[in-house]
Amino acid sequence: MDLTIHLPVLQVIVPMLAAPFVLLLKPRGLAWAGATSVALLSFCIALSMAVTVAGGGHFSYDMGGWPAPYGIELSVGAFSALLLLIVTGAGALSLLAARPSVDQQIEQERQPLFYAAWLLVLAGLVGITVSADAFNIFVFMEISSLASYVLIAGGPDRRALPAVFKYLIMGTIGATFYLIGVGLVYMMTGTLNLADMEARIGGVTDINPILVAAGFITIGLALKAAVFPLHVWLPNAYTHAPHMVTVFLAACATKVAIYVLIRFDFFVFQANLPGHQLQFSLFLLPLALLGILVASSVAMFEGHLKRLLAVSSVAQIGYIMLGASFLTQAGLLASFAHMFNHALAKGGLFLAVACLAIHYRDLRLDQLAGAARSMPLTAAAFVVCGLSLIGIPGTAGFISKWLLIGAALERGFLGFVLVAIILVSSLMALVYIWRVVETLYFKPAVVEAQGPGEAPLQLLLVTWVVALANIGFGLFPQFPLALSSAAAELLLGHTL
Amino acid sequence: MNLLELLGYFNYWVFAIVLSVGLYTVIAKVNLVKKLIGLSIFQSAVFLMYITMDKVEGGTAPIIQKGVENQVFSNPLPQVLILTAIVVGVSTLALGLAIVVRISECYGTIEEDEILDAD
Repeated sequence: MDLTIHLPVLQVIVPMLAAPFVLLLKPRGLAWAGATSVALLSFCIALSMAVTVAGGGHFSYDMGGWPAPYGIELSVGAFSALLLLIVTGAGALSLLAARPSVDQQIEQERQPLFYAAWLLVLAGLVGITVSADAFNIFVFMEISSLASYVLIAGGPDRRALPAVFKYLIMGTIGATFYLIGVGLVYMMTGTLNLADMEARIGGVTDINPILVAAGFITIGLALKAAVFPLHVWLPNAYTHAPHMVTVFLAACATKVAIYVLIRFDFFVFQANLPGHQLQFSLFLLPLALLGILVASSVAMFEGHLKRLLAVSSVAQIGYIMLGASFLTQAGLLASFAHMFNHALAKGGLFLAVACLAIHYRDLRLDQLAGAARSMPLTAAAFVVCGLSLIGIPGTAGFISKWLLIGAALERGFLGFVLVAIILVSSLMALVYIWRVVETLYFKPAVVEAQGPGEAPLQLLLVTWVVALANIGFGLFPQFPLALSSAAAELLLGHTL
Repeated sequence: MNLLELLGYFNYWVFAIVLSVGLYTVIAKVNLVKKLIGLSIFQSAVFLMYITMDKVEGGTAPIIQKGVENQVFSNPLPQVLILTAIVVGVSTLALGLAIVVRISECYGTIEEDEILDAD
């Protein structure tokens, strides 16, 4: 039997079915080992699909053998393959590193529950990515959201609870808006399959419900994706979550929502609604720019290390949306490359924060002064990933910023304004990363570290693997760029 | 649009009103339980929209019987979809209430402004 054709469905059901078994692994450390091996297996599945897709392949899978417009279809093209790599890579690497930090933050008897919820988040996120059915995407979105509320609230910090409550309210409103939009489209077209919707929308008698649906879906998913100004749930939720959960979610959770937003819009709406491309562009471009500028300026004055990085994520989402709002091959390429590179940079930064948090309970900047003297390797990894976030040549962040500037310059005079904004916000990133570096390296220590020396080897090793990946993909970006480029072609091919 | 046409959309008007009431409650109330009640109302409105759109006048359950022909059926798919969405809504509500219980244990209050003051 050829297993290859079953890869899209295995991608989802392996973590989903493994979750209840992880619950049973009570002995110390077993739950972690089980969850980690499942996540690594998911990563291998995603990698093998990505290799096939990068070679021009495409996966399509009919659930239960029911053919596409009637049954539920799973499909993996270049765009989904890129996202799968980000999600499973973030899931596997953060789980690999998780044990020391989780042992510190989560009681032993609750750990199986914690890791089971982690696998459910992973299953939900990959489910969203592989599904080609609008309602299925909603269900997977709720699976991943509900499980991630559990993860965020699972830590010892009581401030996580109001934060997660706010996330739950806003996330549910976002998902319900998406559900209303899907309902309106279904009402007019009678189908839930994205490709079939695209084909049928052209023939509907009344276009107004579809326009309303486009509005609901865009706003709902923008809420989930924390696009400025709908990002208010994000900073607190990421700040007070357990440190490893922040690593995982910051690297991939919002990007999956952006993926659905872009995919839905390009596949279903742009080809069929007159003037929709301009509306999409004019709606998202100002929001992206505001997000970049406002969030970067807030990050410059933020005193808590985790919140600083979380707010910076809002600005980075702005870059991703900016590229997408250009609606050109170059813009989409930059946008997708930035999804990948930002996941690397921000994942690495939060891993370094998790290392610091092993010995420093209070992560406000003034409490971390001089930490580089007791934890030199952690601080160095933070610097490498920070350079990538700023976009220094030789790091992954540089590649996508460079592509974004190139895409902006195609826009004529407006392009120069955009390039100026990108450069200013990169300088702002330099300022806020430098504030952390200055604190870690050059300020006299205020608080003594609670333990001697470096973070545990397991955590430190993964942090450095990610930091080196930032340099590696900065020097040899071919593979993610090939996937991003194919993804951009795929999306634009639909609108022509 | 005359009155009859407006009345013909009765369910959709109810949908819009209930949706707004729910959303308003979520935004305006400071008590966390009341916010969750608003969220439930908000989601119920969507259930109504899905159920309304599948109803075909004179339509019955889609079961094929011997000897009965030209029977009109209501579309069963939205009902199945909304059954799933109801399950999702119930789990969201349960999780939300669980979080409220823990907030109440940790902070001694479930009023949003008092929680903000406590930190």
